[in-house]
Amino acid sequence: MKKKNLAALLMAGAMSLSLLAGCSSNGDQTSNPPASDAGTQESQATETDNQGGGTDVVTIKVGGIGPTTGDAAQYGTATQWGAEIAVDEINAQNGPIRLELQYEDDTNSADTAVSAYNSLKDWAKDAPLVIYGCTTTAPCVAVSTETFADRYFQLTPSASSPEVTNGKDNVFQMCFTDPGQGTAAAEYLKSSGLGTKIGVIYNNGDPYSTGIAEAFIAHAKELGLEVAATSTYPEDTTTDYTVQLNACKDAGADLVFLPIYYTPASLILAQAKQMDYAPIFFGGDGMDGMLDMDGFDKSLAEGLLLMTPFNASGTDERTKKFVETYQTGHGILPNQFAADGYDCMYAIYEACCQIDGIADMDHEQLCDALSALFTGGDFSVDGLTGSAMKWLTTGEVSKAPVVVKVEGGVYVTQ
Amino acid sequence: MKKKLNKNSLNGFINYGIVIAAFIIIQIFIGKGMLSNSLQSLLVPACCYIVMAVSLNLTVGILGELSLGHAGFMSLGAFSGITASILLQNSIPMAPMRLAVSMAAGAAAGALGGVIVGVPVLRLQGDYLAIVTLAFGQIIKNIIMVLYVGVDENGFHIAASSERFDLAAGGTAIIKGPMGAVGVSKLASFTAGFVLILITLLVVQNLVNSRSGRAIMALRDNRIAAESVGINTTKYKLMAFVTSAALAGAAGALFGLNYSSTVASKFDFNTSILVLVFVVLGGLGSIRGSIIAAALLYVLPELLRSFDIAEYRMLIYAIVLILVMLATNNEQFTALMGRVGGWFKAVGGWFKAAGARVVGWLKSLGRTQSKGKGGTTNG
Repeated sequence: MKKKNLAALLMAGAMSLSLLAGCSSNGDQTSNPPASDAGTQESQATETDNQGGGTDVVTIKVGGIGPTTGDAAQYGTATQWGAEIAVDEINAQNGPIRLELQYEDDTNSADTAVSAYNSLKDWAKDAPLVIYGCTTTAPCVAVSTETFADRYFQLTPSASSPEVTNGKDNVFQMCFTDPGQGTAAAEYLKSSGLGTKIGVIYNNGDPYSTGIAEAFIAHAKELGLEVAATSTYPEDTTTDYTVQLNACKDAGADLVFLPIYYTPASLILAQAKQMDYAPIFFGGDGMDGMLDMDGFDKSLAEGLLLMTPFNASGTDERTKKFVETYQTGHGILPNQFAADGYDCMYAIYEACCQIDGIADMDHEQLCDALSALFTGGDFSVDGLTGSAMKWLTTGEVSKAPVVVKVEGGVYVTQ
Repeated sequence: MKKKLNKNSLNGFINYGIVIAAFIIIQIFIGKGMLSNSLQSLLVPACCYIVMAVSLNLTVGILGELSLGHAGFMSLGAFSGITASILLQNSIPMAPMRLAVSMAAGAAAGALGGVIVGVPVLRLQGDYLAIVTLAFGQIIKNIIMVLYVGVDENGFHIAASSERFDLAAGGTAIIKGPMGAVGVSKLASFTAGFVLILITLLVVQNLVNSRSGRAIMALRDNRIAAESVGINTTKYKLMAFVTSAALAGAAGALFGLNYSSTVASKFDFNTSILVLVFVVLGGLGSIRGSIIAAALLYVLPELLRSFDIAEYRMLIYAIVLILVMLATNNEQFTALMGRVGGWFKAVGGWFKAAGARVVGWLKSLGRTQSKGKGGTTNG
């Protein structure tokens, strides 16, 4: 018995050692030092002739924060991978600015996010650092207060609550705000005339879901739409939604608005089908990604309407290239989180290109220069999630929400 | 008997010594700028988790009842502490004072929660407490998730939904349902955390070494025997449980006031289990073990960031937990540690003897010198 215990101890020790040994070889994956791309850069750089001319290449350090482990890991890894693709592309362009991305895990908790932010500050040392994140709202609010006090420029791909940017001149969003999305959804329903009685199912434990739902309900009432049923559930790990669906069914709702993420939404679609309830389902941008879920029956999503800034089956050159690179690298289709991450990198890059004397700036000067540029009104970025995106002084992005319908397993823009 | 008591209080003094020494060393490192930003940001939460672990040890290790909802008390403390700090913004302008009052409010809220859960449940035996505390943690989380609290010129508002929550234009919303508390001004400091640990040690160690503490431990060791000699079971169980809950509430208030935003879902079942892991790995009933385990295990996943293995840090953290669990339960390992301890003792004994010899030699030297001196003046 004693020997067995000792053997188990030794085995576990050996396991962790082999893990340590195995990691060191691929540990550089998260960071993209420009030097490693030198080979590809030279072959691709045809238009830049001043390569040997001694132009100073400035490297901007970008510190990413998001959950790469835990319940929300799918969103954090998407923003990480999307940004990595953009950084590789930017560095391969051989322009005056290079980006170096370091991504830290925050496990979707505010305190870990603050430690992640502090370790990014240690990583950057005295070099100018721009914060890219956080992916989720609650950690982002905590981190944005810190960056506001320390003066670091911050651009979040997907933390959509207005609290994130509220009162902070250095924090900007790449995604729609929650209330903005709720109002836009109500306006779309009013103008399209879909649904006479509306049911709403949302997660009242999640700021994203609650934020959209509350704004939607308030605006729908103003527009004279009838919200017949509102029902909630407390956690995205909930598996049974028949109570919520029955509440909508009993109220006679012929359209159900689901401002929730795609994992619970996929269960709702399946359970609605089981109980022969077939209203029009309408979701927010959190629905994006459902079609690519493992083992998801795409026929369930047929006719589903959702508002998303990004369409993975889009036909423009840039989207095609992005989707292809993403799929070869990670084996899944990118969702809007990844696309927002990609756009964030280009926004940071293009803004940095427009700043004079960036080489001599510290993070504070860079923060002020970038914030002034973003709110200046002349700066706009074309990306995967919108063209000519501009930022308001509040930090919100202004881009048009697009409503798509799932037809035959792909998005069709409405 | 007297000797035994001395040993207990000596143990207690060693704990204070360790905490004070750690505080001084860390302050020196901060002063010299040798502590990285990430480590500095961990100091306050580490203090909170140390207090959490020591207080949970009072319930689990000393009272012998399994509590799975310790994060619930932390949550109560955090949100009531935040509320108190915002309400008192104008009446107590001095930040450390406001922090102290907020932590007291957090402790009071934790104690109240402890009484509410403890009174009906501690009369039961067996696993009931574990189940009820587990449920309590979830209930607290779900209540705070739908709770809207704010203050305006008409006074204090509490509502269970955003529609019923109508705050006048100039009002401040303190807790906003699933958004949690946002816009909190950060009051917490490492010094406050250090003081809270000292207070916790003072309370817990004195309770354990008192008459009540012996009654509590008697209940843990054999309830029937303890009852037969007239120990009031409910009273002493409640005493330990409420003390533990109050300390967790104070730790929660400090934690909540260290971040600008706090959400209720932070204090979920996982956090309760995390604290329980600190207690179990530190050793049930060992206060020093709880302090060391909480400090090391809280900082470990963050330290792993700085190595090249950041992608696997959560995996390595889990393996370290398993290793510690296996190692502390392994007889050969404990025997080895015992031998190492014995060796340390032997070295310590040798130093003590050597020290005594040196002191004796110095004394004799001093004597001969003074003798010599005396001789010259005489001459």
